[in-house]
Amino acid sequence: MKEIYLDYAAATYIDLLVLRKMSPYLTKLFGNPSSLHAAGRKVRFAIENARIDVARILNVESKEIIFTGSGTESDNLAIFGTALANKDKGRHIITTKIEHPAIMEAVKRLEKQGFEITYLNVDSGGLINLSELKKSLRKDTILVSIIYANNEIGVIQPMAEIAETIREFRKNNSSNFPFFHTDACQAVGALELDVKKIGVDLMTLNGSKIYGPKGIGCLYAHKNVKLEPMIVGGGQEGGLRAGTENAALIIGFSEALKLAEKLKNKEFKRLKILRDYFIKNVLKIIPRVRLNGDLIKRLPNNINISIDSIEGEAMALMLDNYGIYASTGSACSSRKLTPSHVLLAIGISPELAHGSLRFTLGRKTKKRDIEYVLRVLPVIVEKLRKISAIK
Amino acid sequence: MDNNEINQQEDWLYSEIVKDHFFNPRNYLAEEKYEADGFGTAGSPICGDLMKVWIRVDSKTNKIIDCKWQTFGCASAIASTSMMSIMITENGGMDLEEAKKLNAEKIMARLGGLPDNKIHCSVLGHLALRSAIEDFLKKFAEHTGK
Repeated sequence: MKEIYLDYAAATYIDLLVLRKMSPYLTKLFGNPSSLHAAGRKVRFAIENARIDVARILNVESKEIIFTGSGTESDNLAIFGTALANKDKGRHIITTKIEHPAIMEAVKRLEKQGFEITYLNVDSGGLINLSELKKSLRKDTILVSIIYANNEIGVIQPMAEIAETIREFRKNNSSNFPFFHTDACQAVGALELDVKKIGVDLMTLNGSKIYGPKGIGCLYAHKNVKLEPMIVGGGQEGGLRAGTENAALIIGFSEALKLAEKLKNKEFKRLKILRDYFIKNVLKIIPRVRLNGDLIKRLPNNINISIDSIEGEAMALMLDNYGIYASTGSACSSRKLTPSHVLLAIGISPELAHGSLRFTLGRKTKKRDIEYVLRVLPVIVEKLRKISAIK
Repeated sequence: MDNNEINQQEDWLYSEIVKDHFFNPRNYLAEEKYEADGFGTAGSPICGDLMKVWIRVDSKTNKIIDCKWQTFGCASAIASTSMMSIMITENGGMDLEEAKKLNAEKIMARLGGLPDNKIHCSVLGHLALRSAIEDFLKKFAEHTGK
């Protein structure tokens, strides 16, 4: 059967060039990078070079790069790490209603521990309002965390403007606070990663969305940002993330990031054309369909639609039966039995949130794949609408 | 790497019976019009599941002789309503008293089980059925009362 993978925002394969660079560190170069001997030193050298490569892409110092075990861990370290290290300066954190669960659940835990969290609203396109951010900033605000590009609806926040708002606040208050963190996991390979241009103090990246390995993340933290480590032990990663470094994953991540940067402009243009073709046609072919998230300020590979009167899990499973792999924001696909908080935040009804489908395109996506989906989807919609109790 | 060594097996989310009823649902109402003796609903689109059930009843034997349904919901919601429609119409039809006692556990057992998180949200067909039976009994009482 034909297999059309359109869930690149969930996971990507490892690019073969990346895998090739990783494999020596899974076999012959196995030394502990903290060892004094040559077997360890060789691995240390490779890790530090990978760190330099990552730092160069982010336009930061290599000592500001912390390798972690995932994007989730980086997000957790950014939130818990800054909150715990700076709680004497304030206990207020600002975030948005459309964050990834790795941020959402972290701030909810802090909320239980006496921190105060402001969840910024988003408009119907998914964009935050700068004046709401401005009004929410307080003298005891220690951190602002705003997702760069949303994982569900692909909406891209105005990072430079947000950073400017925060900088202005700091200046007016002659304070170093709040720090500005962003989860950029979905932005890599499509958007600007130069930290000086984005204007953040902390930034989360990971390997599994960028044709690198899973189980590796990275947190950039400006050298002036005080962080409390979550994992303690042998003092690795500048004392911020203990545990013997996984050289293969670190090198895999760095290679994947370099490749993603190299392909960025070309892939952006190619995917955007495919995305716009998909959106234009799906809205035309299927009656009672809406696009979720801003059409313009959107990742080039993200299509998120809601189809009236049918449920997303049923659609995703029928698509799966045709070899098309997509995901849904319906409660039925989650462990929580509530529909996507992101879709509810942009103001669509729970019914339409249950009826959402996300297609995320990637390096192997071709126009004929989109055409196949556009042939299959109307058939599935018609079948499920026939069965549906909502007409 | 030898591709043959990779385990390509996968497990579907639900049992084979659920899969069959999801892809080939039985007895759903596709027609515009259906003369039913009783009609009931359960669930809510806000929660992601809504069922409608229509029944025809043999008033002499008090047995359900036909059942049609429509479901907005996930695969297990669709499959469980489909299975319920079979359970209440097979073997000459289910007696109304017995049909009122039909519950999620009995439907689930016939489906070969469901994941834990699906039981309470998606198996609602019996509730729609109960409301259809009540509707029938009410109409029947009104009719015979005259």
